[in-house]
Amino acid sequence: MSLPTPVSVPPSPDPAAGAEPGSSPWRDAWHRLGRNRLAVFGGVVLGVVALACVIGPWLSPYGYEDQVTSNAFHAPDARHWLGTDELGRDLLVRMLYGGRISLAVGLCATVVALVIGVTYGAVAGYVGGRRDAAMMRAIDILYSLPFTVFVIVLTVVFGRNIILLFMAIGAVEWLTMARIVRAQVLAVKRMEFIEAARALGFGRGRILFRHILPNILGPIIVYTTLTIPSVMLLEAFLSFLGLGVQPPMSSWGVLIKNGAAGMEEYPWLLVFPGAVFSLTLLALNFLGDGLRDALDVRSSQD
Amino acid sequence: MLRFITSRLLQSLFALYLIVTATFFILRFAPGGPFDREKAVPAEIRRNLEAQYHLNDPLYRQYLDYLWDLLPKKLDFRAGPGTTGDFLKDWFGVDLRASYTYPSRTVSEIIADKLPVSIELGLWSLAVALVLGLSLGIIAALRRNTWADYLASAAGMTGLCVPTFVIGPLAVLVFAIHLGWFNASGWSFPADRVLPSLVLGLAYAAPISRLTRGGLLEVLHQDFIRTARAKGASEFRVIWKHALRGGLLPVVAYLGPAIAGILTGSFVIETIFQIPGLGREFVTSAFGRDYTLVLGTVILYAALVMACNFLVDVVQAWMNPRIRLE
Repeated sequence: MSLPTPVSVPPSPDPAAGAEPGSSPWRDAWHRLGRNRLAVFGGVVLGVVALACVIGPWLSPYGYEDQVTSNAFHAPDARHWLGTDELGRDLLVRMLYGGRISLAVGLCATVVALVIGVTYGAVAGYVGGRRDAAMMRAIDILYSLPFTVFVIVLTVVFGRNIILLFMAIGAVEWLTMARIVRAQVLAVKRMEFIEAARALGFGRGRILFRHILPNILGPIIVYTTLTIPSVMLLEAFLSFLGLGVQPPMSSWGVLIKNGAAGMEEYPWLLVFPGAVFSLTLLALNFLGDGLRDALDVRSSQD
Repeated sequence: MLRFITSRLLQSLFALYLIVTATFFILRFAPGGPFDREKAVPAEIRRNLEAQYHLNDPLYRQYLDYLWDLLPKKLDFRAGPGTTGDFLKDWFGVDLRASYTYPSRTVSEIIADKLPVSIELGLWSLAVALVLGLSLGIIAALRRNTWADYLASAAGMTGLCVPTFVIGPLAVLVFAIHLGWFNASGWSFPADRVLPSLVLGLAYAAPISRLTRGGLLEVLHQDFIRTARAKGASEFRVIWKHALRGGLLPVVAYLGPAIAGILTGSFVIETIFQIPGLGREFVTSAFGRDYTLVLGTVILYAALVMACNFLVDVVQAWMNPRIRLE
């Protein structure tokens, strides 16, 4: 167990995962992931897109707000690789900036969903009994609400504040995570090492967060990877309706919206942002599916 | 069964109450009001308007009044829907009140006007999603690991990752503008239904085909399928009569969220194709702080989604006797 692991997750204290001697379950999973071509493809695409969005804008001679109105609707050429928009702004730079926002919304909202969902699900699963039943009934009720409608009301009403957008989307997406975590906690808490921890007199919080959660990291990681694309989709959906990120900032959803408005004569304004957005979602889904296979999480868990 | 229905009904009513309350207060605590326009309304008219809508009453008073108006107060089917054109009011005494942006019309009238369009779009899209998703999924499961299977899952992955607001404008560009087969927007002719329903349906065909494939594959290995084959049932009968009933369970479970998604997805489709449906009305009304119209639409969407989820649960129990409704 003291071997350095190639992934930055703590080694699982559960030795009964059928691993070869001298190799941790996480290392096995990493190798399985490396053999999955689609997952590797997804990871590489994601890395390239993220890296380009982070450092690209510094390398470009154009700023995302630089307007050269005499140069509007310029088709792609050597100077503007992806052309310019209706105000003569360079599309490539705007896509890289927009990517920062889209990816940041995806990550932050997912973290919000992760924190709420894991805490709620873990507590419900661990306390059990009637409190668990009540907490799950509350989730059932929340599930039956049309949340997108609610998010629209929220974003319209409280101005188009990015922080609020994170919170609203995150608050919507935690329900499934809570269900998955609860089911896992229910399974793990009956195991003997938990009983041993209890016999040693450890407190509830310590058992839950130090002993149970590390053992259910697999499903949590997998579902997190799959939450990011749905969060990004929701952000783009809101931005497309004019409710998300506001100009002069951009996100991929905003660019797609603007591109759709002028697509008849300037199709590149729609095609490039749409393609990059779809490619990123595809990469995330491939990576998530690959992780699910590598970590051997059953697919019928939702 | 009766217990299940009553408990679900109570639960739904409670959820509806929650969402009405939350929406009501969120709207009221928001900056801006329904009479904030670019052109300032004269102070006197504004005072009159606010008095007419009771906007100057204490907030809890307005809230209780609104709840009281929502409560069904009678059951009287004698007044036909023709009396005032508002059957909620005539039959149940439920008053969704007048809209703020169209003062001469009630919210019920606006919904009655716009909802049929959205429902029609939703039903066509659902049909597209089911027909396409099921057939792709069945083919993929029966021809497992052949090019047909790979093609079907590639198509499914594309449908999952290319959002409707990218496919929609592209479809308009190709099929309406370049090829000229359809109108680019509108909802006047039967042909206007084709592009919007296809675009919205495609997004949901993708997960349906994946779930169908997975569900069928799981069932096809089970003993009762082998028994059916051993008894000499034709392959067609084995699939249609035996395998699909169990194999489609995941699809049925998915239909609840899918219907909710199609309802809200139509906001985008109605915007792209300029369809005069309720989704577009809802987004505009939220921008305009039309309190009553927003609340009425939210209640309607919530009730629709809950009704669909309930139906899905019943169908699921009917398809799988092992599921007990509780």
